[in-house]
Formats: sequence, C-alpha cells, structure tokens
Amino acid sequence: MSGIPHDHYEPKTGAEKWLHSRLPIVGLLYNTIMIPTPKNLNWMWIWGIVLTFCLVLQIVTGIVLVMHYTPDTALAFASVEHIMRDVNGGHMLRYLHQNGASLFFVAVYLHIFRGLFYGSYKEPREITWIIGMLIYILMMATAFMGYVLPWGQMSFWGATVITGLFGAIPFVGDSLQTWLLGGPAVDNATLTRFFSLHYLLPFVIAALVAVHIWAFHTTGNNNPTGVEVRRTSKADAEKDTLPFWPYFVMKDLFALAVILLVFFAIVGFMPNYLGHPDNYIEANPLVTPAHIVPEWYFLPFYAILRAFDTEVWLVQIVHWLSFGIIDAKFFGVLAMFGAIVVMALAPWLDTSSVRSGRYRPMFKIWFWLLCVDFMILMWVGAMPAEGIYPYIALAASTYWFAYFLVILPLLGVIEKPLPQAETIEQDFIEHYGKAKDTASGGTVATPAE
Amino acid sequence: MITTLKRAAVVLAFSASAALAAGGAGHIEDVDFSFEGPFGTYDQNQLQRGLQVYTEVCSACHGLKFLPYRALGYEGGPHLPEEQVRAYAAQFEVFDPEIDDWRSATPTDYFAESGVENAPDLTLMAKARAGFHGPYGTGISQLFNGIGGPEYIASLLTGYTGSEREEAGAVLYGNDAFGGYLSMGPPLWGDDVEYADGTPATIEQQSEDVAAFLMWAAEPKMMARKQAGLTAVIFLTVLSVLLYLTNKRIWAPVKREAKEAYKKNNGKMPAE
Ligand code: HEC
Repeated sequence: MSGIPHDHYEPKTGAEKWLHSRLPIVGLLYNTIMIPTPKNLNWMWIWGIVLTFCLVLQIVTGIVLVMHYTPDTALAFASVEHIMRDVNGGHMLRYLHQNGASLFFVAVYLHIFRGLFYGSYKEPREITWIIGMLIYILMMATAFMGYVLPWGQMSFWGATVITGLFGAIPFVGDSLQTWLLGGPAVDNATLTRFFSLHYLLPFVIAALVAVHIWAFHTTGNNNPTGVEVRRTSKADAEKDTLPFWPYFVMKDLFALAVILLVFFAIVGFMPNYLGHPDNYIEANPLVTPAHIVPEWYFLPFYAILRAFDTEVWLVQIVHWLSFGIIDAKFFGVLAMFGAIVVMALAPWLDTSSVRSGRYRPMFKIWFWLLCVDFMILMWVGAMPAEGIYPYIALAASTYWFAYFLVILPLLGVIEKPLPQAETIEQDFIEHYGKAKDTASGGTVATPAE
Repeated sequence: MITTLKRAAVVLAFSASAALAAGGAGHIEDVDFSFEGPFGTYDQNQLQRGLQVYTEVCSACHGLKFLPYRALGYEGGPHLPEEQVRAYAAQFEVFDPEIDDWRSATPTDYFAESGVENAPDLTLMAKARAGFHGPYGTGISQLFNGIGGPEYIASLLTGYTGSEREEAGAVLYGNDAFGGYLSMGPPLWGDDVEYADGTPATIEQQSEDVAAFLMWAAEPKMMARKQAGLTAVIFLTVLSVLLYLTNKRIWAPVKREAKEAYKKNNGKMPAE
C-alpha cells in the first residue's frame, strides 16, 4: 500500500495462493499491520488508536443502549431511567457511552492540534487532513443528535438553539429549519429523525476512518521532524522506520491502557462531572433554562458563534454592504462554520516549506497561542453573553481567524527556519544517544521530542 | 508593551470578578456525606431516616415517579426487609387501568407522582441541581467536592431567610441556597418526624437525611458503579504495567543500537 519500499506478503501454501488470487485480503491486512512507520514517533502519535477505540466503544455501547431506549417524546426520558435502573449493567453502558463521547473529543482535539503543530496537513497529506475534518464535522453532528435523545431540558433547548442557526440563513432559513425539525418546533418528529441519524452517522464515520487510514498509509506517516522517510532503497527505508507491529502496536496499547485507566476512573467515580445537571430534568417546552450551555466540546465554536453580535463594527459593515441580508445572527453562523473551514484549508494557507513546527521558531509561539486561544474560547463559551465576556470571545475568535488567514501565510515568507534533521534515523540516534543511561541500557519509549 | 500588559491584567481581574458574581447565585453548605469519594457508600440507616422524612413531609406535595417500591429492599439502598417493603407499599393506593379501579400498591408499583401541580418530581432532583461551579466558572471545586446536588437540597431546606414576598397572589419565601425567592414554604422546622433509631430530629439532621435519600433515589446503582470503576482501575493498572514492560522490552534493542551508533560516531551521523 505504502510508497515506502518494504516486504510484501507472499502466499506460500496452496490454500494461501488459492485465496490470494481470488481475494488478496491477507496481503491487505499484512501490509496494513506491517506498514513501515517512522521510528521517531512521539507520544502525540497515539491518538489515532485512541480514536479508533472510541468509535468502536461508542458503536458497541450504543447498539446495546438502542435495545432498551424508546425514541418518543413521552417515553424517552423514562426509558433512559429504565436503562439506568433496571437494565443489567445499564447504568455502566449509559455512562460509558455518555463519557465516551467526551473521551472521543479529547482525543480528536489532541489529534488535530498534533497535526497542526507537526504540519501533518501539508503536502502530500492534504487528503488525509480533509477527510479528518469531515470526520470531525460528522462527529459533532452525531454527538449533537445523541445529546438530544435522553430528552432532558438541555437536549430540548440545545436542539432548539442549534437548529435555530439554520433558521438564520437568509431566504431559505425558515423552510430549512422546519424541514430539519420535521415541524415548526423541536418535537417527536425531531427526536425520531435524530435517533435515526445518530445511529447512521457512526457507520459513515467508520467508512471515512478507513479512507483516512488508506490515505496516510499511501503517503506514509508524518513524524516529529517532518522529514520524509527515505525511499531510495529498502535498506534506507528500514533505517528510518520500524514495522507497525509489534513496535507501535505495543506502544499504542500501553498508552491506551493508561488513558482508559483515567477514563474508567471518571466513569466509575464522577460520571456526571462533564454533563449538565439540567439534563436530568425532563424536557419542558414551556420552561427555558436560565443558561443554555452546550456540551464542553462544542464550546469553542459556540463562543465564536456568539462573538459576532450587532455591536461588532465588522458585522455592521457586512450588514450594510449586503443590504441587510447578512444580519448578526447569520454572520455568527458563518463565522462558526468558517472557523472550521479555515482550519480545513490549512494545507493551502500555510506557505512554509518546512513541515514540522519543531524547526519553526516563530511559528511555535503563534501555535501555542492558538492552543491557549482554544482554551479561552472553550471557557468563555460557557459564560453568559454579558459584561466583559463578549469582548473576550470576540478577541479570541479574531485570533482564531487571524492564525489561519494571516499568520500562517505570512510566517512562511518572513520566518527563518532552523536547520532540520537530515534523516529520521539521525533524529532517532541523537535522541537516544543523548538520553541518560538506565539500568537496561535504554530509556523507555520516551517521546522523541 | 507595559501598558498592554497592564490593560490585560485589568481585563483579567475584571473578568474574574464578573465570573464570581455570575457563579455565586446561592450559598451552598458543603456536607460530608457518607457516599462521597471513590469508596463512599450509602448509610443504610440514614437512607431509612430520609425515607421517613420524605414519606411524612415531602410526599405531601412531591412525587418520586421513577422509583419503584421494590427498590427500598435493594442492598446498598435502605435495604428494608421484604415484608416491610410490602407493608410500606400497601399504605398507598394506585390506579390500575387493568381493573379500571384503585387498589393498594404492591412492591412492583411506583411511588406516586407529585400531588401539587408546581412541585417538581424529586426522583432525579439530586442530580438535577449542582453546588458551586467555580472558581471562575471552571468547575474545579466540583472535582473535589462533588457535583453538589445533595448539598444543594440540604442547604435549601435549612436556607430559609424568613422573609416573604407576594407575587401574583402567591407567597414566595426567601432562601439563601435558592438565591432568591421560591414558592415552597419551609417544609422542615425541626422535630417534624420521630426517628425510630432515636436520632435527634434537628432540622439539619432531617435535611441531610432526606438529601441522602434523594441522592440514592436518583442514583440507586452508585455503589455498583463505583465497584465496577474500582475493578476497572485495578485491572487497567496491572495491564498498563504489563504493557509498559512489554513495550520497553520490545524497544530496548532498537534503542541500544541507536545509543551505540551515537557513541561510535561521536554524535555525528554515519556517512551515507
Ligand atoms: C407544601 C408543599 C411542599 C412540601 C411539603 C415540600 N415541597 Fe418542595 N417544593 C414545593 C414547591 C411548590 C416547589 C417549587 C418551588 C419553586 O420552584 O418556586 C418545591 C421545590 C422543591 C425543590 C426544588 C427547588 C429548586 O431548586 O427549584 C426541592 C429540592 C424540594 N422542593 C425539596 C423538598 C423536600 C426535600 C421536601 C421535604 C422535606 C419538600 N420539598 C417539601 C412544595 C413542597
């Protein structure tokens, strides 16, 4: 599969040859699991496995939950309580599924920011990046619809607010919103269609994950140096890489076990910490909660959505220039989706020829600022839109766009990069050569960074 | 530069105080409940006392519609003997659509729904309310003190200020935990019930007992959950150690090779 020279599967016995000439599935699995992987991957390269695990966890727990859940506005809330109280192990399944979504998003954010730092989005991995962004968007859609299913107050009002965004689209908005909801307001028709799609989308995600893996198995993994594996000969390639099995499988499994340790501690001891208490109140269309707050993983983009209100002069200008078609509400919606679009366009906005942030002194500063910016957006997204908060949200949103639209393109021109490692092998040897001796003659797989 | 920094500091300080103001709606006392922490369990006697308070006081207005009477017999809960569960249920009447008539309740029936229109159902109340989500809206205090639902209930019951207000014909009662006025008058005054185990029925004691009972009603599987969590944590710790050692072993030769190559070439790369 990969363009890196390596051994291929050779069918030996008659039966193997028989199968291979009809369906080369063993060869495909062999090539996938034995793919040459850069030796120097650090601990930020474990999130892919964690994400794959999350997808499987959510699908498996979800399928069992569906066996006991009733998608009907009169029964949904009670059926979740039935799962929590009467179904064998139901409370664990439900809490695993609920907190599994959070683990999924923790992992995806770290995975994305890993890619942003090491330039994993750059040529030739643009397709991998774009597919990744599609997966991320589908994850958000799935999580959003899943959150509606327990039919609590936040389910109902979150759905009302978020589908209301579509209503902000000029001309077609109202019809679009009605079409999405299956009626004039969030109701039974909304619940049943969200349920249907919540079940469907994870399988679309699974298919896209396969394409995502296919794409980066074609280009090969990026690595902390951003320097490509030598493809001049098999011997050269082998100096830079190790097969995925067993080296990276074991490393990833170890990391996964540690992460699950934390995850199960949260599920076992504080499963409601990341949730919102209001969702333990059954949905009531007549009572609006004091603060409608989305789940934590939506907060950064929710903050961007709310940041552009009628006070912002840019919004006023656009409103005037568009003859009132783009009002503040629609502007906010555009900004929210735009925030993801600019991130997806990073491969073309980043003009630097150096891939890894490790060798980019100026980029590093702006990148870490972006991380801080993301945390600020997450925090301010949970705050009421009053007092100083809208200003913080506006400043942080502006930085988000500036990073992708101004800073990334400019840095490539003005920045003087540091000398890069010549080969991955060199980076690896230097890292472990300099590492302090330990009893066993080598440090444990510490990050190569 | 300096002025920018100063301005930033002012902005930060201001936003912090604003957050505090927003988060400090009601005052909630921290209570040391027996079920807190990874090893905390429900106190069976307390749950039984709480059940008594609920039955004799709260149930006049509130309901527990997701809770079946049979749950009172569960281990880890109030754990009443079977005949007591049956006797408890038999005090109440339920409407049975099959016989189209009222009959006395059996353990498989559920607690009655709220009898007063605007009194909320209490089954999930302990999970539907929270304590202090600070500082600065970060929720860090809840990491250590728990979400704070039962604390909220206990503080609500003891938090009446004594001031009253009339609004649209209804009397509202001032309450510190509620952070304003609510339509529930003080339900507890002290010695509202007589505990069978002789515990003095002070207003604080009754409040904590009924709060603990409501926490159990909201999360009857808490102990099973913590046990599963603990088992998983122990299992995963062992698994992590084993995987750590395996991983170390697998990588050792590769790293040794790198180390030797480094020494041999004095930190420089072998010529291609
Ligand atoms: C006389 C009827 C009555 C009795 C008795 C009563 N309540 Fe209430 N309770 C109400 C009403 C009415 C409300 C709604 C208050 C409001 O929202 O303004 C309420 C609200 C509550 C709330 C929710 C407060 C909030 O945050 O919105 C809790 C918790 C509560 N009651 C607990 C109890 C407990 C525990 C008892 C028994 C010790 C009890 N109540 C006894 C009538 C009653």
